[in-house]
Amino acid sequence: MTPALLTPPATGAGPRGGDRTDRIVGVVQRQGALAVLVAVVAVALAVFPDFRSLDNTGTILVAAAPPMLIALGMTFVILTGGIDLSVGSLYVLGGVLAAWASRHGAVAAVLVPLVVCGGIGLLNGVLIARTRMAPFIVTLAALLGARGLMRALSDEGSTTYLVESDTFGRLGTGSLLGVGYQVWLAVGLVLIGMLVLARTGFGQSVYAIGGSEDASALMGVSVRRTKVLVYVLSGLLAGLAGAVNAAKLGSGVTVLGAGMELDAIAAVVIGGTLLTGGAGSIAGTVAGVLLLGVIQNMINQVGDLNSNWQQVISGSFLAVVVVAQTVLNRLRRVQ
Amino acid sequence: MTLLEVAGVSKSFPGVRALDDVSFTLRPGEVHALVGENGAGKSTLIKVLTGVYRPDSGELRYRGEPVSFAAPMDAQRAGISTIYQEVNLVPLMSVAQNLFLGREPRNRLGLVDRGRMEREARDILADYGVTTDVRRRLGALPLGAQQMVALARAVMIDAQVVIMDEPTSSLEPREVQTLFGVIRRLHARGIGIVYVSHRMDELYEICDAVTILRDGRLVHTGELAGLERIELVSMMLGREMSPARRQGFTAFAGDHDADDTAPPILAVTGLTSRNRLHDVSFDVRPGEVVGLGGLLGAGRSETIKAIGGAYPIDGGTIRVDGEDLGRPSTVRAVAAGIAVQPEDRKAEGIVAGLSVRDNIALAVLPRMSRLGIVSEARIDAIVQRYMTRLRIKASSPGQLVGDLSGGNQQKVLLARLLATDPKILLLDEPTRGIDVGAKAEVQSLIDELAGEGLGVVLVSSDAEELVEGADRVVVLRDGAVVGHLTGDRVTTEDLMAGIAAAAAPSEDPA
Repeated sequence: MTPALLTPPATGAGPRGGDRTDRIVGVVQRQGALAVLVAVVAVALAVFPDFRSLDNTGTILVAAAPPMLIALGMTFVILTGGIDLSVGSLYVLGGVLAAWASRHGAVAAVLVPLVVCGGIGLLNGVLIARTRMAPFIVTLAALLGARGLMRALSDEGSTTYLVESDTFGRLGTGSLLGVGYQVWLAVGLVLIGMLVLARTGFGQSVYAIGGSEDASALMGVSVRRTKVLVYVLSGLLAGLAGAVNAAKLGSGVTVLGAGMELDAIAAVVIGGTLLTGGAGSIAGTVAGVLLLGVIQNMINQVGDLNSNWQQVISGSFLAVVVVAQTVLNRLRRVQ
Repeated sequence: MTLLEVAGVSKSFPGVRALDDVSFTLRPGEVHALVGENGAGKSTLIKVLTGVYRPDSGELRYRGEPVSFAAPMDAQRAGISTIYQEVNLVPLMSVAQNLFLGREPRNRLGLVDRGRMEREARDILADYGVTTDVRRRLGALPLGAQQMVALARAVMIDAQVVIMDEPTSSLEPREVQTLFGVIRRLHARGIGIVYVSHRMDELYEICDAVTILRDGRLVHTGELAGLERIELVSMMLGREMSPARRQGFTAFAGDHDADDTAPPILAVTGLTSRNRLHDVSFDVRPGEVVGLGGLLGAGRSETIKAIGGAYPIDGGTIRVDGEDLGRPSTVRAVAAGIAVQPEDRKAEGIVAGLSVRDNIALAVLPRMSRLGIVSEARIDAIVQRYMTRLRIKASSPGQLVGDLSGGNQQKVLLARLLATDPKILLLDEPTRGIDVGAKAEVQSLIDELAGEGLGVVLVSSDAEELVEGADRVVVLRDGAVVGHLTGDRVTTEDLMAGIAAAAAPSEDPA
């Protein structure tokens, strides 16, 4: 190799004030949601005697599994700087499709929603990556389209398909070591998602595109392929979440799930992922989903409190997080 | 043997011929300066070399073979790397990730091997004088270090050719020396370097050859060593040096009757902005036009913007009519009577989607309204007055500004400034990109305004416009005042001599 330079170092790594601010800001951004989750759980344990029961913990986790799957896909999308509004509709469509297909067996009940929802995700991705249309508009169109498809399939909601495969039904009702199958599924996919994001070229591309699309393209990242993939992933996970929920309820319910996309976005952002993309983590999203789930559970425990308060509280959390993100980012820039 | 060669390349865009039969040759191990003023065609040539643009005609040859790059990636894969003026990396990712993005080392399972990536990144960057923690966010590094990371990345991918577009514009002097160290090393390895910069001292320190472009055409190419600085400058600016003050190239009438004893209306002292402006001071008296001369990147636009409160400064004072503006802001500048016409008319000036009337009224709206309700009649009166006075050719005040010619757009912009009743006009390239007739009109208008007692600061890359339009010229180089031309010395010859002069020995980095 060539001899090292004789010139003095251009830039030192010396301990600078800004450096520390940067590091602290980074930690708060990454671990903020987890800290709040711990605090909220501590409060819940102190205030609600029933909160600590194993039963209740199981309820929270089972209820959180489908939102977790959706939010997992949304994390990838938002990290690239995009947004996917279609996942709520895909979730409902996936549920109806799973129940409808369950007469052909458990395999069909899982595959059909995956193929259809993954296909719609592919369409989203191709439109966004090829035509450079705004993800907001493309996925809004997909939201409306998927909702229409679901309505047509269920005759305006008047036909409810029941789950006719016991094997498939057990996906929603069975448990292993006292923990529901869907929780294991969510945990497994979250772990795989973390590995993919942190340790594969695809994961690096996701962060790079969100950080700077132009720079990524110049550095040879295949921007289009990565974008298509994240929307496919998001569609697949939404469809799977719908199927899991249908298995749990025993039918394809057409009225639930509207607004799920917004809950997923809220969980991702509360988890510390920048809405502009480029920074964030799945661990944060997990904390965000659980935080929203625990709040819902606490409100249910109060009993006579209207469950709509959950949305008020989630909304407030979101507002606080977004303000905090803005302040933290400014701190970083000022240094 | 030649490494990279373009032969007879032309490239046109709607309305402009950006490159006209340009040829350029880069040999292995050569550091080749590419110079020219704004619009000379440098960036177009770079984009042709790197596959961003495809030439309309002419040939690109790389290592003796004709090539055609469909995309920047193809050029990169072939070994032609570019380091842009603005660092093109991902600030939110770590230093190591940026260095290895797309080529991360893998472990046996095919997963990214972070440990190895960070170790290798540390070793590579140490060679470039960057000794930071490679796990840090790139954006947290000083710009100079970011530039080094970009350079390290470019060289890592077996580059044969490295194109550097104003690499030193954001570097500290010490960082510049580190960069030059790296360039010398690349030179020794036989890598060809295209070096774009406007800093004369740097060009003469590091470059072997030079190619000068002007208005899309090749003006000169050859060894740098035998070329006098002043010849280089005059070829860039494209003017015969003339010792005469006025030759009648422009519509400027002559000296303005500024009262030399009158107190200055604008007094700038010690204006300093990190890396960009160093202790810039000058005065403008009422009725006087002061020109700011210098090459691209000398700090002319920055000075104008700083006075207008739109460019951050670290020190210096701006006084209007003897009164200190304090910490500059655009609001304060406007309130004090400073009006700025920005260099980039389209991006920072006119609002193309609004009508002539609305564009003119934009800046005076706050004064034309009571309780937030705008007085339409008063606006119409003002708009009418300035449309007549500046002879703005529009079908009606309702015509969209985007549909007007460049000259008329410029006049609309001037009308907007004048409607605020300013005391000081800062004009950055007021006649660029407008036709000859409109140019003459704008020039006489500047004369007229000065005649009415306004203080005018004029920036122009057109040397004749500058010397004929200004009563005095302040010459800037690398962000510092290097000369003051007054009286009979306001000539293109003196201007170019001022620009070309070598830095004083004490400033010389070597």
